[in-house]
Amino acid sequence: MSFTIPIELEAELNELVTHYPQKRSASLMFLHAIQEHFGYISKEAMEWTAAKLELSPINIYELVTFYPMFRQEPAGKYQIKVCRTLSCALAGSGKLHKHFCEKFGLDSHAHGVQTSKDGEFSVEFVECLASCGTGPVMMCNEDFYEAVSNSKADEILQTCK
Amino acid sequence: MPQQYRLILKNIDAPGYTNDLDCYVRHGGYEALKKAFEMGPRVSPDGGTVSGPEKIRKTVLESGLRGRGGAGFSAGLKWSFVDRKSGKPIYLICNADESEPGTFKDRQIIYKDPHQLIEGMIISCYANDVHLAYIYIRGEFPEGARILKRALAEAKAKNLLGKKILGSDYDLEIYIHRGAGAYICGEETGLIESLEGKRAYPRIKPPYFPAILGLYMCPTIVNNVETLCHVRHIVNMGGADYAKLGTPNNTGTRIVSLSGQVKKPGYYEIEVGKVTIGELINHENFGGGLLDGRKLKAIIPGGSSAKVFKAGEKFKLKKKGADGQMTTVEVDMLDLPYDFDSLQAAGSMSGSSAIIVMDDSVDIVEALANLSEFYAHESCGQCTPCREGSLWMSKALHRMTHGEGRKQDADYLLNIAQNIQGRTICAFGEACSWPVLSFVKKFKDEFEAKGAADESRNKVAATSKVTIAASPQR
Ligand SMILES: Cc1cc2nc3c(=O)[nH]c(=O)nc-3n(C[C@H](O)[C@H](O)[C@H](O)COP(=O)(O)O)c2cc1C
Ligand code: SF4
Ligand code: FES
Repeated sequence: MSFTIPIELEAELNELVTHYPQKRSASLMFLHAIQEHFGYISKEAMEWTAAKLELSPINIYELVTFYPMFRQEPAGKYQIKVCRTLSCALAGSGKLHKHFCEKFGLDSHAHGVQTSKDGEFSVEFVECLASCGTGPVMMCNEDFYEAVSNSKADEILQTCK
Repeated sequence: MPQQYRLILKNIDAPGYTNDLDCYVRHGGYEALKKAFEMGPRVSPDGGTVSGPEKIRKTVLESGLRGRGGAGFSAGLKWSFVDRKSGKPIYLICNADESEPGTFKDRQIIYKDPHQLIEGMIISCYANDVHLAYIYIRGEFPEGARILKRALAEAKAKNLLGKKILGSDYDLEIYIHRGAGAYICGEETGLIESLEGKRAYPRIKPPYFPAILGLYMCPTIVNNVETLCHVRHIVNMGGADYAKLGTPNNTGTRIVSLSGQVKKPGYYEIEVGKVTIGELINHENFGGGLLDGRKLKAIIPGGSSAKVFKAGEKFKLKKKGADGQMTTVEVDMLDLPYDFDSLQAAGSMSGSSAIIVMDDSVDIVEALANLSEFYAHESCGQCTPCREGSLWMSKALHRMTHGEGRKQDADYLLNIAQNIQGRTICAFGEACSWPVLSFVKKFKDEFEAKGAADESRNKVAATSKVTIAASPQR
């Protein structure tokens, strides 16, 4: 299967390569841009990236499997990431995670990523998001929210339409 | 009265202050850069005379500035280690990975005052003959990366970056590099690997000291966001005057991230060593005290990797008296001045200057289990003691928090932790074992009681039932 990417995205990637004395350095920024555009990083995308940066596919595959933010399968349209770490836990992030899981029929004991049956929402626990003074905090896609009570969580979900 | 001293945070949160270049310039922004360029000609290092960049490096050394990222190492000394004779390019990387649990100070600067960081970086790069620099920002700050990108473009449009900056003969480019959710990218050699497009596997030191063999095997400076911001103020004030802030050997100001169970968690900038831990937690200018009706149980004083302090703990510290004689004084944990040296003398560290407060509603075993899960998740996996040990500790603590503890788990945990520290490539080995060592040692009765209670309960259950359901392991 061939892999094609839009011209504008390719232009953006070409520009990224110029930021570094060595092409390989651009791989993380490539993967971010590709995941942002396609929602995940397919095998074809990895091979394409490797060829573009004059690397072996394994050089890219090992990044996708190492860095937690990269994924090889599509996730929900709305990705909810609740901070799990101590300060947020003290502020009630366990309750918040459970609230989302119960809403979408997911297992609240599971900490990894889970996606609702309709593919709309995925929920996961993530580690410290560097806003520990305003816990519990969460992200919904790229938006960041602080001091999220269950009712505030419902309001956030309202905006996901 | 203990008060904040806002140097870095001066404008942040001021009404009407925005994060664009015009607003920054209206508030005196980029004046320090102009001053830096005027400090002297930029002659070649072998040129005999003291060049402008060299003067800046001397000023930073004189200021006593210590790194704000974790280790508290002298910034001026670090810069002096840079191999300037290799003929290779020198790189500078701003560590904006901010991933030590409890820490949320760099976020404030990046989101609300990005030009302060950029100005600090340009001066630091100029001082060190750097022409290409990066900001390594954690992947979870997508908005932060956009803000910085815009700020860099604004700076470039005003010729504060790019070729022949402000009419000088100095060229500099700064680019943003995003991480992707791995804590170990905060460790400087892991960060360098990640910037080279690889897994963030930390490098072994020696020989891979960044100052000599860093990015692309070239001399490299890695400094924290806040450290680089201080450089701007040091150039503005002069090294000697900056050193008057704070306390001897612990100069300047520092942003403390206060979180956990206090009335007013938040970020507070203080003169280093001029405010005590107790004041940070209890004074109305800071944390405002514990929640009503609660008692203090423990605090983690310098980010999650720092050894815990137990409420009521006392330390014997050496102090220089008025007559110059050293005497030993006993200090309560709450009366420790919040600085690098006092916390180290008390057996912990100020680390990333993040205080996590826990009151008597906290189950200490659960708190440690939470942290250990973090470390088990974040070990890069290169060293066997760290990869296996962090997971064993987390599994044992998971058992203990799911009704299947044993009395000997306390010693089991200590044994594992002792076998990790000092036996790994990077300081993550210490980072994951110090919480376990300190929590278990200081609260051993609670760990043993919990294990013993589970054990006797499960014994009764085992005699009445044949099988015991396994706890749900992830
Ligand atoms: C496991 C680990 C994680 C770290 N995370 C960070 C971090 O998120 N941000 C940071 O500035 N320094 C972090 N550091 C410290 C860096 O390795 C490095 O010492 C620091 O960026 C140097 O900057 P400074 O001298 O200005 O403090 C970490 C160190 C270790 C061992
Ligand atoms: S100590 Fe841990 S995190 Fe550091 S290199 Fe070894 S395995 Fe990786
Ligand atoms: S612990 Fe949740 S943001 Fe730091």
